[in-house]
Parts: sequence; C-alpha cells; structure tokens
Amino acid sequence: MAIVYEKSKALTDAEMHYCPGCTHGIIHKLVAETLVDLDVLGKSIGVAPVGCAVFAYDYFNCDMHEAAHGRAPAVATGIKHVLPDRTVFTYQGDGDLAAIGTAEIVHAAMRGEKITTIFVNNAVYGMTGGQMAPTTLVGQKTTTAPFGRSFEHYGAPIRMAELLATIDGAAYIERVTVTTPAHIAKAKRAIKKAFQIQDEGLGFTMVEVLSTCPTNWGMTPVEALSWLNETMIPAFPLSVFRDITKKEK
Amino acid sequence: MAKELWKGNEAVAEAAIRAGCRCYFGYPITPQSEIPEYMALHMADTGGVFLQSESEIAAINMVYGASGAGARVMTSSSSPGISLKQEGISYMCGAELPAVIVNVMRGGPGLGTIQPAQGDYFQATRGGGNGDYRLIVLAPATIQEVVDLMQEAFDLADQYRIPVMMLLDGMIGQMMEPVEWTHTPASDLPGKTWATTGTEGKRPPNIINSLFIDPDACNRHNQHLEEKYKKIIENEIKYSINDLVDAEILFVAYGTPSRLARAAARLLGEEGIKAGVFRPISVWPYPYDALREAASQDSVQAVVTVEMSTGQMVDDVRIGVNGVKPVSFIGQAGGVIPSPREVADAAKKALGR
Amino acid sequence: MAYNEILISGFGGQGVMAIGLTLAEAGMSEGMNVSWLPSYGPEMRGGTANCGVVIADSEIISPIVLEPSELIAMNLPSLDKFEPHVKKGGTIFVNESIIQRKVQRGDVRAIYVPSMEIASGIGNMRVANMAMLGAFIKATQLLKYDTIIAMLTQLFTGSKAHLVGLNEEALERGAACVD
Repeated sequence: MAIVYEKSKALTDAEMHYCPGCTHGIIHKLVAETLVDLDVLGKSIGVAPVGCAVFAYDYFNCDMHEAAHGRAPAVATGIKHVLPDRTVFTYQGDGDLAAIGTAEIVHAAMRGEKITTIFVNNAVYGMTGGQMAPTTLVGQKTTTAPFGRSFEHYGAPIRMAELLATIDGAAYIERVTVTTPAHIAKAKRAIKKAFQIQDEGLGFTMVEVLSTCPTNWGMTPVEALSWLNETMIPAFPLSVFRDITKKEK
Repeated sequence: MAKELWKGNEAVAEAAIRAGCRCYFGYPITPQSEIPEYMALHMADTGGVFLQSESEIAAINMVYGASGAGARVMTSSSSPGISLKQEGISYMCGAELPAVIVNVMRGGPGLGTIQPAQGDYFQATRGGGNGDYRLIVLAPATIQEVVDLMQEAFDLADQYRIPVMMLLDGMIGQMMEPVEWTHTPASDLPGKTWATTGTEGKRPPNIINSLFIDPDACNRHNQHLEEKYKKIIENEIKYSINDLVDAEILFVAYGTPSRLARAAARLLGEEGIKAGVFRPISVWPYPYDALREAASQDSVQAVVTVEMSTGQMVDDVRIGVNGVKPVSFIGQAGGVIPSPREVADAAKKALGR
Repeated sequence: MAYNEILISGFGGQGVMAIGLTLAEAGMSEGMNVSWLPSYGPEMRGGTANCGVVIADSEIISPIVLEPSELIAMNLPSLDKFEPHVKKGGTIFVNESIIQRKVQRGDVRAIYVPSMEIASGIGNMRVANMAMLGAFIKATQLLKYDTIIAMLTQLFTGSKAHLVGLNEEALERGAACVD
C-alpha cells in the first residue's frame, strides 16, 4: 500500500496535550516539516516557553531547552552565541512573548540575533485558564476581564509583529494564521523563509501565528476558527511587516 | 613566577578567562563594572563571547542557554542585580546547569549603597529563588584567593553540574593586591554529554529542563538533587583557622571581615588576650563540624562573629557551635566597616572584661 | 620589621590614586607584601579621593587603613579629616601649596612640601604628586629611590622618555624638603 502521509520525523511520538480544536498542533507540524525540509533537524536547538506550549520540548525531535517564563529569546541568545552554526528557535505564546518577556524579545530583535521565533497569538492565557493576555481584544471577555477588556483600563492589544518590524535588527517579520488550508500553506512558507533567513545569518526572524483557543474562548472548534477569521484578523492584520531580502532586490 | 598587582574585579575576570571561561553575559552595576569592562576588552582575544544584556534577568537566562549548549560561562553583578538573577539561578539548579555567578556585594536593602557589605549572605546560602536548591558559595578574602578560587569554581560547577557563586564584597572587588598566576592543570571532569549541541541524527534529543509536572517525578528529582548536595557537603567544605593555639576568643568571619578580625586579634594580643580566627571559605557547604571542633577547644571562652551586615552568618555560627560556647555578634551594615578596635572591644565584652 | 599603613588623600585629579599605586608597585617589586584600597563611588568624579596602601615585610592582615602611620594630605579637608587618626610617632606630609595651616599635633612628624611650586618650577604641573612621593621616600626610607626611577623608566618610553627626567627632578626637589 502506498504511504500518502507520514508524521514528520521532527516530531516525537509523545501524545500532545493540546485541547481539541486548538491550532498549536498544526503550528508544531509546520515547524517540524520545515526543519526536515531544510535538513536542519540534526543541528536544531529549540527553546520552549511557559504557557500552553510548555511541553514542546517533548514534542520536537531535536535538542530542546525549557526556559523560564518570557526568557526564551535570552536563552536562545546564549545558545546561538555558543553554537553560531546551529539553527536555534523559540516557540512562545502571547503571555510569554508580549507580556513578561517583552524586554527579551525586543532586545533579541535589536541585536539581530540569528534565531527564529514562532509566536503563537491566541488572544488569551491558555494554560492558566483563560486570563487576559496583552493581545486580548478590547471587549473580549476573559476570567480576569469578566466584563470584557476595557480600553480605559488596559488600553488596546499590543501588535508585536508591527512593533518588532520597526527594529533594524529584525530581518523577517510576518503574521499568518492556520485557519484554512490556504492560510496553512502560507504559514508554512513564512516559517520556512524565516528559518532560511536565520541560516543565511541575516538577522532576527519572527513569524506570528494567530491561533485558536476554543476552550478558553468558550466556543466550538469551528466557531473558534470563524471568530479568529472575523474578529482577530481585523485587529491583527496578516502581512509581511519586514523582509530585508526584498529590500535588497 | 613574578607577582603582579591586580584589582579584585579585574582579577576575577582574568582568572575566569584563564580558567577557560569563554562566555560572559552581564549588565553593568557598581561596584563590579570592571568585570564586564575587562571581559569586553579581553574576551575577544580568546575567541569567546562577551554580551552586555538588556537586564540581569536576560543575562542569567543567556547563561542558562550557553551553559545548556555546553559552554563554560559566567555572569557577575552586585546585590540588586543578583536579586534579579534569582529566577535564573533557581532554574539552573533545577536543570542542573554549571556556571559561575560572581556577586560583589554592596549595601542594601533595595538600592542601598554602593559601598561594600555582606547583606546577601542569606540570599546566597539559603537560596534567593524558589524551590529546594543549593549553590556552592565561595567567599575569598584576598585577591590571590579570588584568583585561585575562580578556577576551582568553574571546575566544581562542571563536576557537580551546579551553579557556583563567588561571594565577594565591594572592598575585595575594588582593592589591589599582588597576584601570582599559577597554572592549575584541568581537572578530570566528566564530558558534557547532556549538552544541547544538535543531535546530528546520532542520538536522542537532549533536553535542558526544570519542569517535572508529575509530583512523584518532581519529588524524585528533588531527592536526586539532595543526594548531590550531600556529596558536596561531604567533599567540598573549605575553611581556614589562624592562631587557635590557647585562644580565649574565637572570631568567625568570612571575606573582608575575616581580615578585620585578624587585625582585632592583633590588638587583643597587645593586651595579652589570645584570639583566633575561624574563616569559612565555602559558606555553602558551611564548615559546621570544623567550627564546633574549634569552639570546643578548652581555651576558647567566647565565639564572636564579625560581619558587614546586621547579623546573617551568625545563624550558621550558632548552628555550628551548637551551644558549646556562647556566641555573640559584632557588625556594621550599609557600607560601614567595623573597625578592628570595635571588634576587639566586642571580644573583650564577650569575655566580660 | 616594616608594617607601614599609608593614607593618601586629596581632590580627584591630584594624582592621589597614582601615588598610592606607585608606592604599592614599588613595594611589591622590592619583595614586600602590599595592598592598595581606594575609596570609590561618586568621589571618583572630583571631591575627595583617598586610598590606603599597606606595605609590610610580613603578611598584610587588613588592607583597610584607619590609623595611618603615614598620611599624605594633598588638600585641607584631607588634613582636617585624617590628622587626628595618624598613629603616634607617625608622619604627615602636607601639600603646602594649598594647605595654609600647620599640623596641630605634637606627637607626629610634619613635613611640608610646596608640591605645586616645585612642579611649576620644573615646568609640568603633573609632577606635583611626584614631589610628595620624593619627600615620602626620603623621610620613611621605606623604599629605594632607584626602584621608583626604574619604574618610571619602564612607564615612560619612546616619545614620553623625556618625562623620566622631569619626574626624577620632582622626586629630588620633594626629597629636599625633608630635613
């Protein structure tokens, strides 16, 4: 019988703990396929965050570090400076990257660290049970914003891709999502490009992936996909915000 | 080999480079900024890495990454900065990562002062971060000892897969003394087979991690660490004793105050009172048994602890002496240094004279 | 048995730290034990600066100089602050150029050095501290004159070689202030 599909060898056989309908699994798969496609799996070192992806070190079939909350870019900086010929990536959520670890990500980008960051933005704190994230939309209800995020109290959500794209050290910054096959294909291209640019040594690269959290959004998986497309994307537009390989042409 | 005059902070940095440290991450803070400055200037000659981080928090996490990747790595700071590093230190102990962390202590709490102090003893020896963990903490008293212990600190870190803290005070960081550079041959250390250097498809992935979500697994991990700490207690206690013969007073002090205590002992000697000085060099593991033995000597009538704090190590002195002799304390904090005269007077008071 | 605890104090920029370092280096090259401990902090940027140097032929117990056997006072605040702490029978070197008053204690030796007049006479104000050092060496006999000259020769080479002679002259003129 012909094999038409196989799980990427860059993923272990560990059973993932993600909730049904959560798109973390798709994003893991895209990163894993990229490491195989670019033939860098054996020289890859990943850094897992604190958040829903905290167990990512069990899922990626390469050397991994588990970092303290928000510190993944600093840990990745340490690794990359010791092993400059290795492929180093961080996989971080919105609390990790856009709240507690804002300084680390901004400065990693400023230094132009040759690492790739996969930033999973689902507009909520998943692991701790649905609290407000810096990316929570105005009006969106969470367990710590039970009446909806108030602009007067918390301001508007932070757009990390746009913010980091203003930094000279950033070589490639794109926001994608994985809600449709077309989006998934595009996300795969973005992730692949980010890793390629890292290996060319051009600077810091980040792909922000808008992701669903049906559990904490209180929706079915299908509803969550629609909500993301209809509500999140207008607040977090999908685009390439920085690509220094384009400018050079 | 000829002696050279070295400033404490610069000697720390040079000794680290000579000990094979090839990675430094840190953030400037007085009174230890000569360490990153020296590293910035000289690390490049070795092909090593110097990086000034955006914060102490980032620095210690860069150390975490570099250590996990197999490098001999260090960071340094002074008291408020060391507070910021505690998270990373706890994680490194949990993940069993070697590194050397230098604390050139200044007065606190909070911003305190930039003058020398020893108010971080509890933080260093009890663990300023979360969880059941220990660090090896070494406290030199001369620049020569700084240099000698730096080499040892890196070796101990690698041997036990543990962060080692060099606990200095601002005075040791700033003063100059002659140093004789002796070459210590590299110890027979285990290879870093656990390091994340890329699998190259030839081995299962290495994972650097302090997360053990299952309580039984986390308990087992803690027991494993505890076994390691017991081995360190068995093998790595360091201390020195001066002038114990016929001593009526036993001073206990580490770092700069140990020198003040010796000056006080000299003053007492002029008055016909014999005083010895017990100096812990490793403040964790603490030389409890050796201290008790010294204090138990018949001639000793009182144990006097001298610190540049309001009294922290004195707790360990009481644990060590365990009631065999009375223990008292003399100290000043916030950058004020107790004078040998004050220390001698405290000893006389302890003797009831 | 030598156990000299020397305190050098003055304004930032008067070469206070340099005098101390020169003493410590010279003591070390003569095979003695030495320590050099600066005051540090905001004082680095002007104001009062001081450093303590211990030179001994036995082990140095404490590097902190609280009761100096020798005080080199480069300005009045330094003399005011430290004169009372000098050991009985000790020596105070007074930078007479800017300190108008005399040493008040009767139980110490006082040596007055017009360091700035000496320096301007030589034509280089930067050698004023060497005049103080010259007086120190002559009065204490702690270090050999030749050791300092050898150090200067090593320090000033090439285009700076002419500075050796200037410094040497400052040392000599300072020494001449000692009876």
